[in-house]
Amino acid sequence: MNGIAVSTAINGDDIEFLCRPEETLLTVLRDRLGLMGAKEGCGTGDCGACSVRVDGRLVCSCLVLGAEVQGQVVETIEGMASGDSLHPLQEKFLEHAALQCGICTPGFLMAAKDLLERNPDPSEEEIRFGLAGNLCRCTGYDKIVRAVQDAAQVMRGDAA
Amino acid sequence: MHYSRPNSVAEAVNLLGGNTGNAFILAGGSDLLVRMKGGFVEPSLIVDIKAIAELRQIRATDKGFWIGAAVTCAELGESEMLRAAWPGVVEAANLIGSKQVQGRCTIAGNLCNASPAADSVPALVAAGARVHIVGPNGSRVTAVEDVPLSPGKTSLAPGEMVAAIELDERPAHASDAYIRFIPRTEMDIAVASAGINLTLDADGTIKTARVALGAVAPTVLRVDEAAEALVGTKLETAALERLAETCSAAARPIDDKRGTIAYRKSVVGVLAKRTAELAYKRARANS
Ligand SMILES: Cc1cc2nc3c(=O)[nH]c(=O)nc-3n(C[C@H](O)[C@H](O)[C@H](O)COP(=O)(O)OP(=O)(O)OC[C@H]3O[C@@H](n4cnc5c(N)ncnc54)[C@H](O)[C@@H]3O)c2cc1C
Ligand code: FES
Ligand code: FES
Repeated sequence: MNGIAVSTAINGDDIEFLCRPEETLLTVLRDRLGLMGAKEGCGTGDCGACSVRVDGRLVCSCLVLGAEVQGQVVETIEGMASGDSLHPLQEKFLEHAALQCGICTPGFLMAAKDLLERNPDPSEEEIRFGLAGNLCRCTGYDKIVRAVQDAAQVMRGDAA
Repeated sequence: MHYSRPNSVAEAVNLLGGNTGNAFILAGGSDLLVRMKGGFVEPSLIVDIKAIAELRQIRATDKGFWIGAAVTCAELGESEMLRAAWPGVVEAANLIGSKQVQGRCTIAGNLCNASPAADSVPALVAAGARVHIVGPNGSRVTAVEDVPLSPGKTSLAPGEMVAAIELDERPAHASDAYIRFIPRTEMDIAVASAGINLTLDADGTIKTARVALGAVAPTVLRVDEAAEALVGTKLETAALERLAETCSAAARPIDDKRGTIAYRKSVVGVLAKRTAELAYKRARANS
């Protein structure tokens, strides 16, 4: 294929790929690089299922072109656990049953991680605002909010 | 479609000028990519401006503040300097979309997309912000309200682009505010909105005012009669009532699923009052 050559770092690995100019980062991640964690819910920035970080900013990968990540640092859900040990957010999502079908979960986890790294002790309202770009059609959000609160406590090092 | 990522404004302008087809600037892409995917636009060339260092900067100038066209709204919200001087502009920019959208979107993109409901635009008009435009014939500076012409249309000539938006420095006893009404508290499009900027005397009398309304006409509305109703007052009840009346009278909204004409005209008056009260309180606190 002749396409745009892009070099980037994804979850700490240097990666090079070719993509067509109109191809989104989400398509590149899923269809070219086999990173299937980010999901396509809407494709228009509304649901957050495709959330990843680019140069330290949470973004919808469905609204970023693959070509735009040239020289940038990309973080996806695949980089969240270290080896076999899950991130506290992942553990707490399981413990609180904060997922049913799971389509929204990678996006919620990325958004929650970004939120807690910027604000380690958010109020419930701050959590709900912080996650307003992520939609879940199954859980009713409450369990997600509880899981994030609980994970925040663990990440702060308070007694869980 | 071609994708290009120039490193300078001159290169970007050359690319735009050299393109005979349908060239689009790409800032955050939160409007452009949605429109491309929906098949509403088919660019032949995309000029991504995010690798142009000077467009990524917020800086203090001798006149005020220079906000490069590729600065994201998240970055605006993190600027202590801007938050202190122009809280209304920053709160408007920070209402756009979700955290994810904030990480990409720009106020220049919000302006150039020319939606009647664009959140940062009434706040920028109230602030008297200036737009730096560059193009094949050099550069020019214009008022924000002169950029949108009708829904989706701007006054930018072919080959022109916005390089930056400039705000004045902030004198004492002055401040601004922006409030929109949406049916939920996040992630929705304004039914009506108001941006107001006030300068007071030391005793609290309003010296100058600028009032702008969003989502109640094909473009942002600057309402000078509403501003006049405030000047010389200390925002007493009579002045607030006059503000609401002039705003409701100036509004020329449409009926749609978000609200009827009558509802929007009424709500925009109420919003203007609340916005004026917030701007006034901030101005009093800024001594
Ligand atoms: C989920 C979601 C929620 C949203 N919520 C809101 C909301 O609450 N309020 C709101 O106002 N908007 C909202 N938007 C719309 C959009 O995010 C904003 O209008 C945003 O500010 C656009 O900025 P951008 O940098 O992403 O623009 P882009 O998509 O990059 O550009 C928009 C248009 O302007 C042109 N353009 C961009 N920069 C320049 C320039 N420097 N010179 C000339 N032309 C230029 C582009 O070619 C394009 O036509 C939302 C969008 C999404 C996807
Ligand atoms: S798929 Fe990207 S926001 Fe829904
Ligand atoms: S668990 Fe099904 S959408 Fe959230």
